[in-house]
Amino acid sequence: MKKTRLIDCNLFRLLCFVIIPLAVLVIFALKPKSYVTGIIITMGIYIVLCASQNLINGFSGMFSMGHAAFMAIGAYISAFFTLSTNVKQSMTPGLPQWLINTQIPFGFALIIGGLAAAIVAVIIGFPVCRTKGHYLSVVTLALVVVVKAVIDNQSDLTNGSRGIAGVPAKSNIVTVYICVVITLFVMYRLLRSAYGRGLIAMRDDPVAAQTLGINLVTKKISCFAISAFFAGVGGGLWGHYLTTISSSNFYFMKSFDIVEISIIGGMFSMSGAIVGSALFTILPEFLAPLEGGLRLGGIKLPTMFGLSNIIMAVILILLIIFRRQGLMGTNEVVLDTWFSKETYLSLFKPEEYRKLANVFRKKEKTD
Amino acid sequence: MLRVEDLIVRYGGITAVDGISFHVEQGECVALIGANGAGKSTTLQAISSLLKVASGKISFCGTDITKTPADAIVKMGLVQVPEGRQIFTKLSVIENLRMGAYTNSDQSLEKKNRDWVMELFPILKERARQSAGTLSGGEQQMLAIGRALMSSPKMLLLDEPSMGLSPIMTQSVFDVLKHLKDNGITTLLIEQNAYDALEISDRAYIMETGRITLEGKSADLIKDYRVKDAYLGGSI
Amino acid sequence: MTTSFILGMLMSGLKLGSIYAIVAIGYSIVYGILRLINFAHGDIMTVGVYMILVLMNKAGVPLFASVILSMGFSVVVGLLIERLAYRPIRDASEEATLISSLAVSSLLQNILQMVFSAQREPFILPTFLTESHKYGIISLSLINIITFIVTAIFLVTLYFVLTKTKIGIAMRACSENMKASRLMGVSINKVVMFSFAIGSALAVIAGLLLAGEYKTVYPTLGFVPGLKAFCAAVIGGIGSLGGAVAGAFIIGVAEMLFAGLAPTSMTAYRDAFVFLLMVIVLLFRPNGIFGSTEGERS
Repeated sequence: MKKTRLIDCNLFRLLCFVIIPLAVLVIFALKPKSYVTGIIITMGIYIVLCASQNLINGFSGMFSMGHAAFMAIGAYISAFFTLSTNVKQSMTPGLPQWLINTQIPFGFALIIGGLAAAIVAVIIGFPVCRTKGHYLSVVTLALVVVVKAVIDNQSDLTNGSRGIAGVPAKSNIVTVYICVVITLFVMYRLLRSAYGRGLIAMRDDPVAAQTLGINLVTKKISCFAISAFFAGVGGGLWGHYLTTISSSNFYFMKSFDIVEISIIGGMFSMSGAIVGSALFTILPEFLAPLEGGLRLGGIKLPTMFGLSNIIMAVILILLIIFRRQGLMGTNEVVLDTWFSKETYLSLFKPEEYRKLANVFRKKEKTD
Repeated sequence: MLRVEDLIVRYGGITAVDGISFHVEQGECVALIGANGAGKSTTLQAISSLLKVASGKISFCGTDITKTPADAIVKMGLVQVPEGRQIFTKLSVIENLRMGAYTNSDQSLEKKNRDWVMELFPILKERARQSAGTLSGGEQQMLAIGRALMSSPKMLLLDEPSMGLSPIMTQSVFDVLKHLKDNGITTLLIEQNAYDALEISDRAYIMETGRITLEGKSADLIKDYRVKDAYLGGSI
Repeated sequence: MTTSFILGMLMSGLKLGSIYAIVAIGYSIVYGILRLINFAHGDIMTVGVYMILVLMNKAGVPLFASVILSMGFSVVVGLLIERLAYRPIRDASEEATLISSLAVSSLLQNILQMVFSAQREPFILPTFLTESHKYGIISLSLINIITFIVTAIFLVTLYFVLTKTKIGIAMRACSENMKASRLMGVSINKVVMFSFAIGSALAVIAGLLLAGEYKTVYPTLGFVPGLKAFCAAVIGGIGSLGGAVAGAFIIGVAEMLFAGLAPTSMTAYRDAFVFLLMVIVLLFRPNGIFGSTEGERS
């Protein structure tokens, strides 16, 4: 009889990927001031950003480095709709009066921020889609530079390079993880729909895809826009977590960070976004004592700031060489667990319990 | 001189060469004939170390070259004239020839070879400073062969020299090959053009879907009915 | 809008352009052979400059010797990067090489930051080099003149190497057809290593000139100029050395003219301008101004 693996049991997956994380989230949602809460929130924001990066890099074959630009747009635009009138009056007096006086709920502000990013994506979609490979990546980098220049320059609208302080701290575990679930759900369904299949076809063989009647240009632009939308939402979440936004938050390194997470986690898997983000946010915590200069057996090691960045970069290079599909490969175990009815129904099915017991029983027998 | 034993090469997910063995002795001209996709090119690529050998052994002048890197094989005197000529179109004719002599550090030998090649192919002398991309198909083939000769090779591997050439140019190319043979250069010739290949070679092997199905003296094979039916347009 | 103002702009542009040209050549050579955009190239500039700084300040080595030693060091770094991060993925997809080079770039910047701190360190070249002298209506300093001369020497030497020496012709052959080159007995590894060595050594010179110009050194010094040099190579036609140089001067002059002529409110747009220029050129000439109009290279 085929040996059942623990990971194949729905009950185990339910426990591992739904119940435990949910418990953790609930616990820390009730402790908003805790240090760990901050890490969890950051991780959630990166999941949203990484998922949108995976969509465009992994599934459409367009290697975009422009995420920081869309984040910036999302952050600033959503902030425009949530900042208090006083702040806007003093920092961004150039905004139209109706905007200065407006404040809308966080959720709507995020959506508007995302839409703004998506619109920009559509506008520059044409030159982006005309280029391929390396050139495409560099063109998206150019976007980051241009956006930064605009932000720095239009000080009456953005307070220039000084940035805007006083963004309401609306990002907490609840808001962020609602966005996480929505984002991942949308991605999951999108990729399993006809649209998603067309996207993957376009990535693997553009010529063949065209013969199947797929319009490459509209697919590329729409994918770019969707990815930009969620990047904008991520940017908005980020801005409302940091409570201060400035153009230096959204430059090359940020784009690179997201790309790095995306590849390490696995750019062909949305579950990879979760893994990559977790690694990125948790690794520095483990290394913090080392970075500050650890006392090891009487010898004080030198301070090594940026060690976690270096280690992540080395992991990236190693993965590129030895395992290009990243840690998760094409495995979608987490999302499959979240979004399929079976997982939840398994609580009520006795054969699932038997299956789980079987895994352990077989192990005993072979001992 | 060249000995291939039980060669297996996998390429693009399929087993392109499925256990073939053959040999070429010094001074011989041996032909490897077969239809498109039979695995002939793959065999040459494996010999020149451009493709990895899955299993089997290749030896040249007694030395095992199965795992030897490509540049070392050229230095040993085993030179390939690749399929489609593959000359450097952005370089001049002279520069192409210089590339042929890359492994040769002796300047005077290089000059001597260059003069010889120019004599063999007067058209190259005429177009010496032109960019190689401006040459016609037949002229490019001459350049490709001349380029290979620049390194004073012990043995030539020719991958479909007649491909894409008009019948007249094909004849010229085969005349050159005959001339080389008369000069004692050992050759392994891959061709779809069975008739010409059999005419010029001493022995031949017929290859089909990765295996050698027939071998023997070219003079015999040219009259063999099986070969005639499959490759020579039927018994006359 | 006096003539001396415009001439001054042009001079600055040519000066900037020659710095970009030195870097762009390095990008172009490597890209021509490997189809790899070595984003870490700009960071080798930074490494070189820091090395010079350390040698001069901590070890008291005179400027000229520091430069030579630093070039040697950077060549070693460049070769190490090639061997460890690029060679294993040589036959991989374009994205893999792109990511790897970005990772190396990030790695270098972070290591420099760790060792030297992110603070800007002063980098002052001796005054005899930097003081301006008036020549008619143009004012130049010794370092400017040296820059032009050095660039010119490099270009001439490179031209000679590429057309008359075996390895130079081999480099051109490799960049056109790697497989055929291997059949000629060319060791691709050696050719690639040679290219990286040239590029790295050149990068140090460019870094020196750049740091001397802006008088500070910091870990991300070389990254943006490196990218602009890449834009230059793209505009000129990447893989074409003449194009890379032409592109570099075009960008240098354009950037300076923009900085000088545009209203002061737009100065922050300088970098963006360069990138936009590249995007526009790519739209109309996907292979650069002097690049071939053939279809995508296989």
